[in-house]
Amino acid sequence: MEEQRVGTVNGQEPTIVAFFCTWCTYTAADLAGTSRMKYPPNVRIIRVMCSGRVDPQFVVEAFAQGADGVLIGGCHPGDCHYVEGNYKALRRIALLKRVLRTMGIEDERLRLEWISASEGDKVARVISEMVGAVRRLGRLDLPAKRRGWDAEVLPHGGPTEALAAAAAPDGR
Amino acid sequence: MREALSKNGGPRVGVYICHCGKNIAGLVDVQRLTEYAATLPGVAVARDYKYMCSDPGQVLIQKDIAEHKLDRIVVAACSPLLHERTFRSATEAGGLNPFYFQMVSIREHASWVHTDKEEATRKAQDLVRAAVQRVIYHESLERRRVPINPAVLVVGGGIAGIHAALTIANGGKHVYLVEREPTIGGHMAKFDKTFPTLDCAACILTPKMTAVRAHPNITLWTYSEVSQVEGYVGNYKVKVKRRPRYINEELCLGCLECIPACIYKEAKHPDEFNLGLSKRRPIYIPFPQAVPQVVVIDPETCIEFKSGKCKKTCVEACGERNAIDFRQTERTEEIEVGAIVLATGFKTFDAGRVPYYGYGVYPNVYSALEIERLVNASGPTGGEVVLRDGRKPERVGIIHCVGSRDENYNVYCSRVCCMYSIKLAHLIKERTEAEVYNFYIDIRTPGKGFEEFYTKTLAEGVHFVRGKVGQVSDWATAPEEQGKLVIQVEDTLAGMIRRIPVDMVVLSPGLDPQPDAQEVRRLFNISCSNEGWFLERHPKLAPVNTFTDGIFLAGACQGPKDIPDSVAQAGAAAAESLALIDAGYFELEPTTAYLLAEECSGCKTCIPLCPYNAIAFDAEIAKAAINEALCKGCGVCVAACPSGSIQQHLFDDRQIYAEILGVLAGATAAS
Repeated sequence: MEEQRVGTVNGQEPTIVAFFCTWCTYTAADLAGTSRMKYPPNVRIIRVMCSGRVDPQFVVEAFAQGADGVLIGGCHPGDCHYVEGNYKALRRIALLKRVLRTMGIEDERLRLEWISASEGDKVARVISEMVGAVRRLGRLDLPAKRRGWDAEVLPHGGPTEALAAAAAPDGR
Repeated sequence: MREALSKNGGPRVGVYICHCGKNIAGLVDVQRLTEYAATLPGVAVARDYKYMCSDPGQVLIQKDIAEHKLDRIVVAACSPLLHERTFRSATEAGGLNPFYFQMVSIREHASWVHTDKEEATRKAQDLVRAAVQRVIYHESLERRRVPINPAVLVVGGGIAGIHAALTIANGGKHVYLVEREPTIGGHMAKFDKTFPTLDCAACILTPKMTAVRAHPNITLWTYSEVSQVEGYVGNYKVKVKRRPRYINEELCLGCLECIPACIYKEAKHPDEFNLGLSKRRPIYIPFPQAVPQVVVIDPETCIEFKSGKCKKTCVEACGERNAIDFRQTERTEEIEVGAIVLATGFKTFDAGRVPYYGYGVYPNVYSALEIERLVNASGPTGGEVVLRDGRKPERVGIIHCVGSRDENYNVYCSRVCCMYSIKLAHLIKERTEAEVYNFYIDIRTPGKGFEEFYTKTLAEGVHFVRGKVGQVSDWATAPEEQGKLVIQVEDTLAGMIRRIPVDMVVLSPGLDPQPDAQEVRRLFNISCSNEGWFLERHPKLAPVNTFTDGIFLAGACQGPKDIPDSVAQAGAAAAESLALIDAGYFELEPTTAYLLAEECSGCKTCIPLCPYNAIAFDAEIAKAAINEALCKGCGVCVAACPSGSIQQHLFDDRQIYAEILGVLAGATAAS
């Protein structure tokens, strides 16, 4: 997997991980397919039963593993197949955005969208928009950053000091 | 992962890449993808095949399971929503638990939405890798079986609902037929003749209506609406609100003596059934053949309800039958059913929304449904086609596609308007001998006997002018236009603007979804298309199913449809319901949540989150307890559990993390 990715400033395409609920947004993504709508190939869709299944840790893990953006798609308010799972997703994502902000992850990298089963065009539009927005921000590449941070602090005495350094007001 | 696998010798994954003819292979390099899959840790066999869903494709999987001792299967093909079931069955037929399977969509999510071969192939590789990593964590699962209540609810008593109800009832199952109006019959009851055979609508509909009333397996509730739906396939609990009609249905004989006895000597109130073309009294029956043959009292117009000082001559006329009951109130019935057929129909487009056609401005501009009543032998004029002042029209213009195929209103074709317009042209000409002009964009007659009917009507001397009408007005610019309505149109065949003076204009509106379709859709937890029609599960392979198991669609609530198509679809929905019921049980997806009890701290975070009250607190051991029979498998509690002690079958944390890692391995490796 050492192939070179092309097309962006630094020679690398951003990757977006998407969590789509099976009833609305995943179905809409299928509709985008059967309607032969086109969108950038940067998104990797993971199917869940409900947007309420998306554990904030999934999002954090995706960023930690190299995602440049995370997109969550659920049913419109009032349309959830499981009554109100999408509202729970909404609350969690709002909170998670605040946490991510403190970690230097921009708001545009995490997006929650309500896309119903008939809105194939919206899937294509949202993905295109998000790929554009993430491209403008550049790659996040948290794994590389983490390696860099480790390299900075580890010679001085290992993880404990690294934590102390991170906690200091002028941490980095 | 390779070490972990080699320790216990497994798992052994088989990966199958489908070409789907050229659908996938046209953009994704299936050869390279297969070679790539073969290199992934744990993969024992990787193959590509032209059509994986075909019999030989499925047999390929089964043979490999035996020969290569596979214990996990990945198929990269179309969407799991289309063929997951197929490949799970193939996996099962090979001797494996069907849930040792994962499907990857490289058609809907790759080859069909991208244009670059390299990028699409790379994406397919990422998706296949994720599935292989995920499927290793799959576990053997059992589907839960739930019993099916053999009763069926049919919502809507138009021709579709009537046909579905009768078919199911004839199959020996009990049917509750719920209709909002005081009578069943729907739109079809308003028509005089049906295209293209010119069958008398009443002659073919009313016997079916009577059969509904008489059928021992049908409970008919008119003037009623579904107010609440709970439960799931096989076990729906439904509340039906029954509006008071102020008549005891059991006691009313349908003699109708109360109607002329009403204190209103003359009918004064617009008759809804005749679209206001005639008047009715506060106590009325929508039309003579209404089913049930029970009158209704309209409390909005009845003097007794307004002042409480009526002489109640209707009660006198009813006499000892004593069927009139002014104290009746709204009741709610609760029923349990296993399946639901929605046949809630359509509404005609409001022609008044197109200002330049003058509907509601010029009295002699009619909507097609009004003309259906005028040509009807039992309509307000006894079948005479006359203008508002009683004159016979000498020239009539029929405007097609009102509100249809128009980007300002509905872009879709309503399918029935060409044919009913041609039918009305024939009937008007037959009744009045008027010159009849049809103004059309295109004539669409794609049904059995439709084109022949059109040709026959042409031969009768009905004029067809190709062009979208620009305006209807009473502004005369020539002596022959005096006192007439003038239709201005660009005749695109003659290549000129024409002004055609007529006495009567008939607007042929398209079909709209019911105005409350969105509320109904939420009530039954189904989806709508962008236009507002109920969404079928698959346009070709599951046209009467919805995404909610046990709920089926019939008739025009799913999209514009003529009577033959509505009846065919109603039969299909009835057959689907009967098949579901006769199986006796339904197998639910095993995606329920389960508790790892030893890790639960008893924090109770999950309990209020569950929309189905499936989680309780076991005070004795101070831990949560999940009732899997109530769980529907959304996974909201799984995501919320702070200790990770709730997991979800087929969507547990390890599986999803493996998938996240899998799709991102390309991104991290490159960085």
